[in-house]
Amino acid sequence: MCLGIPGEVIEILPDQPDLARVDVSGVKRAINIGLLADDPPVPGDWILIHVGFALSKIDEQEAKAAMDFLTGIGQAYEDEIAALLESRIDERQ
Amino acid sequence: MRFVDEYRDADKARALAAKIAALCEPGRHYKFMEVCGGHTHTIYKHGLEDYLPESISLVHGPGCPVCVIPMGRVDDAIALAEQPDVIMTSFGDMMRVPGGRGSFFDSSAAGTDIRMVYSPLDALKIARQNPDKHVIFMAIGFETTAPSTAMTVLRAAAEGVENFSIFCNHVTIIPAIKAILDSPDLRLDGFIGPGHVSTVIGCRPYEFIAAEYGKPLVVAGFEPLDILQSVYMLLLQLSEGRCEVENQYSRVVPWQGNTVALRAVGEVMELRPYFEWRGLGFISHSALQVREKYAAFDAERLFTLPGVRVADPKACQCGEVLKGVLKPWECKVFGTACTPETPIGTCMVSSEGACAAYYNFGRFSRQRVREVSIESSRA
Repeated sequence: MCLGIPGEVIEILPDQPDLARVDVSGVKRAINIGLLADDPPVPGDWILIHVGFALSKIDEQEAKAAMDFLTGIGQAYEDEIAALLESRIDERQ
Repeated sequence: MRFVDEYRDADKARALAAKIAALCEPGRHYKFMEVCGGHTHTIYKHGLEDYLPESISLVHGPGCPVCVIPMGRVDDAIALAEQPDVIMTSFGDMMRVPGGRGSFFDSSAAGTDIRMVYSPLDALKIARQNPDKHVIFMAIGFETTAPSTAMTVLRAAAEGVENFSIFCNHVTIIPAIKAILDSPDLRLDGFIGPGHVSTVIGCRPYEFIAAEYGKPLVVAGFEPLDILQSVYMLLLQLSEGRCEVENQYSRVVPWQGNTVALRAVGEVMELRPYFEWRGLGFISHSALQVREKYAAFDAERLFTLPGVRVADPKACQCGEVLKGVLKPWECKVFGTACTPETPIGTCMVSSEGACAAYYNFGRFSRQRVREVSIESSRA
């Protein structure tokens, strides 16, 4: 829950501008980018994701380091990624 | 692995270790607290204490949000889940945390509808999908997760969702640090400040620690070299007679924090007069509650809670571990009666808990083993 997961922004969802489609370890999921409203990310930017929300923009090097930290954690990271893959915040119903 | 090596290079680690050793005054012992559970994890995983001189010890702080939830609040959440037509939702980390009447898993096995979610937005979606049920989100965490909860309440309000509320257990890190500074049990020389919490609150809220308590604090990243660098920065301050807040993790943490996130939290939540922390007791103005304006989304207002305080099991010494007074292995039940499979205390439940981190990386002995785990982790 406290783990920040890095992801790369693929696109901003045209019908829901507070959501971005983000590539997380090769899987694409919708992430809320409302907390970055002061400096909105654009496709190609890397973000650090906490519980479905992007909390900060990071560079690719930091993304790599963050991902390596997470994979080193083991089970907790696998649980977090499994939970993220179940998450469908872009579906209205 | 080119990028990561930059933060893991064993030669750099040894060079930093030599600089750290050179700054230590002969005969002086240094005690630094890492506030964040993520840092505890890195320290144990990479055996960072083995790189430091014997005169430096790192003690673990209260920065594990699952660990500090008191048993009575778990019981309150289970009582909410037992209400008719209620679906309780929670982060997975919370499911095994024992209350006085068992855990969420136990309650779920007994027939309540408790579902794991990744994001509070998933809980809101479950509410939309189940208009005949009331969906409660068990909101926990420090300032890293509070903005997400606040944004979800704002979204629910904007959409007019009427069957969604939160059981707010968000806590704030600054009062906990202050409680530790005021505690007579522990003499600290400085703090390794939390990384992700600081992306939200920035560095300014820590300034009282330097100004009023005369302790330096360095906000740190999560890589092994980040932590060693932070220890070096703390020692450099002490050796130069400085006492400041510094930001080692500036590649992620802006000095002013995330103002959008702080505004969202401030809109939806306000400080509670007091809140009980496991191990630390009642701390004033240390947690958040839902503002009156958003009462329709506050499970504490919508339902009657037992609100009974439950004492920790006698054998459990999580409180001392959370305050940094005891190391995990010094607890009487560590690794015997209390393991990640059958936890007695919260520090053994969460992967960020000091006991679970210590247990999982097999560091059962106090004896320092000079394994070079930074190198071996580069595979």
